[in-house]
Amino acid sequence: MDARNLTRNFAAPPELRGDLRLAAEMIEPGSRVLDIGCGDGELLSYLTRHKDVDGRGMELSQSGVNACVRHGLSVIQGDADNDLADYPTGAFDYVVLSQTLQATRNPRQVLLHLARIGKRAIVSIPNFGHWRIRASLLIQGRLPKTALLPFPWYETPNIHLCTIQDFATLCAEEGIRIERSISLDRWGRPYRLNPVGALANLLAEQGLFLLARR
Amino acid sequence: MNLSPPSSTRPGSAVQRPGLRLEVAEKLRLDSGVTLGPFTIAYSTYGNLNAERSNAILICHALTGDQYVAEPHPITGKPGWWDILVGPGKVLDTDRYFLICPNVLGGCMGSTGPGEIDPATGKPWGLTFPVYTIADMVRAQVKLIDHLGIEQLFCVTGGSMGGMQVLEWASAYPERVFAAVPIASAARHSAQNIAFHEVGRQAIMADPDWCGGNYQQQGRNPARGLAVARMAAHITYLSEQALHRKFGRNLQDRNALGFSFDADFQVENYLRHQGISFVERFDANSYLYMTRACDYFDLAAEHGGVLANAFKGTRTRFCVISFTSDWLYPTAENRQIVHALNAAAANVSFVEVETDKGHDAFLLDEPEFHATLRGFLDGCAQHRGLKAG
Repeated sequence: MDARNLTRNFAAPPELRGDLRLAAEMIEPGSRVLDIGCGDGELLSYLTRHKDVDGRGMELSQSGVNACVRHGLSVIQGDADNDLADYPTGAFDYVVLSQTLQATRNPRQVLLHLARIGKRAIVSIPNFGHWRIRASLLIQGRLPKTALLPFPWYETPNIHLCTIQDFATLCAEEGIRIERSISLDRWGRPYRLNPVGALANLLAEQGLFLLARR
Repeated sequence: MNLSPPSSTRPGSAVQRPGLRLEVAEKLRLDSGVTLGPFTIAYSTYGNLNAERSNAILICHALTGDQYVAEPHPITGKPGWWDILVGPGKVLDTDRYFLICPNVLGGCMGSTGPGEIDPATGKPWGLTFPVYTIADMVRAQVKLIDHLGIEQLFCVTGGSMGGMQVLEWASAYPERVFAAVPIASAARHSAQNIAFHEVGRQAIMADPDWCGGNYQQQGRNPARGLAVARMAAHITYLSEQALHRKFGRNLQDRNALGFSFDADFQVENYLRHQGISFVERFDANSYLYMTRACDYFDLAAEHGGVLANAFKGTRTRFCVISFTSDWLYPTAENRQIVHALNAAAANVSFVEVETDKGHDAFLLDEPEFHATLRGFLDGCAQHRGLKAG
């Protein structure tokens, strides 16, 4: 199952989903981009059209890959856990992983690959520290279902959830520098908060990070 | 067994082979160290080469294919083997592209091969023909592309053994290949595939009519051996599901088991038909040589054991295509090519097409496959600046 496809419908932006739009803004024109979990190629085709990017994609779902290739995008069938090891270090200017890290088997390893393959990595995650999620557990005693995490516990593809602060801690431990971070609401609109502060960790539904190796 | 040879002479020897022929005067140095030449490449073309000579697509045929891609076969009269893909408005659009398909070196439809006359002796080559490799086939094709005045091919494509030639082209002549589409193929022949080929070769060589490879001079034809080789190979081109869907355990022209070794089952009858019709159009020695060329293919071994090195610095755009039910060249083998291309930071797309038709799916009506190929070619044509068809 591709987590990104499943969360995609909730944002419904005019052209690009909120976190993808912000990711696109971080990408310099004319650069080399690898979009992991590229779905039907929404971000890639936007970047190709508007930013003259040399874009590649990776996507788990067969229908997504075929749709991309049919539209002339360079996309392979594969997933972040199994198909990143072969890429050479620094092969891309940007590697994008949007709303997918929590669905990987080994997020730490994936994160290291992202930081290795890309000169920069752009990662967005759903924030498990959001107050609704905390409230669901605290008050109702139930695992939460939210717009970004809509599945019941027994069939969720999101097996490695973390909070914004958990993510920032992992980056620090692995020597990955957070160059920029933005906290977002569920529609991908940015909050004006310290993006890795305690308040953002409580109020933001997503975090978006621009990462680089130290 | 009930496999009577259709004729006692070599297949197709009396049939006029239409199409084009290039006589290459130079000698070709083969991987074995032997030189071969002058030699002939028989080929077909479809569509027209544009003024910039930038719209040529080279089609590499599979083991039992030939240059008759989109025209009736001169021996069987059947439509071309890729008729479904090649033609005006089709995926390989003859209004837009110039398509070239050579009969491989060592083939039996007009290119120099073991069935042709060795000018040195005036007799058929037979087993004195040098063993050649996939790379040798490609070297011979390069002469043809030079002759046609094409600096860079827009695309090289082919399935199965054709896919191996595609990979060899992209690896050995990266500047001459703008886009490469290896289909249902592998960067090396697996032990299982070598094993199947060996069964086929042994079947041919066990036929007394093979005469140690000299059947032409003896006026004989190892049709039974070749038919068995084809039957065994044909099973590997299908899938269990496809066989079951097509035939199940249905009986052939009878209501009950015959308690004999006639073709009781439809599947037996089908395979026998496949075997018999194959020998009408194919040469047994060619089959030996060509299967050997596949067996010897190991692109990584030619590059220090690292497949990625075969594609170092490539600017070719790749599209690797595999089929879910293909157990001869399974997705895993195709994925190895993709991983190597990733490691070489190449521009690659990879699609696994869902089908139950097995390896042969690349020859059949598979809309998803065709849509993928069309989309990829359109994208490449845009980058190459080719006008729409």
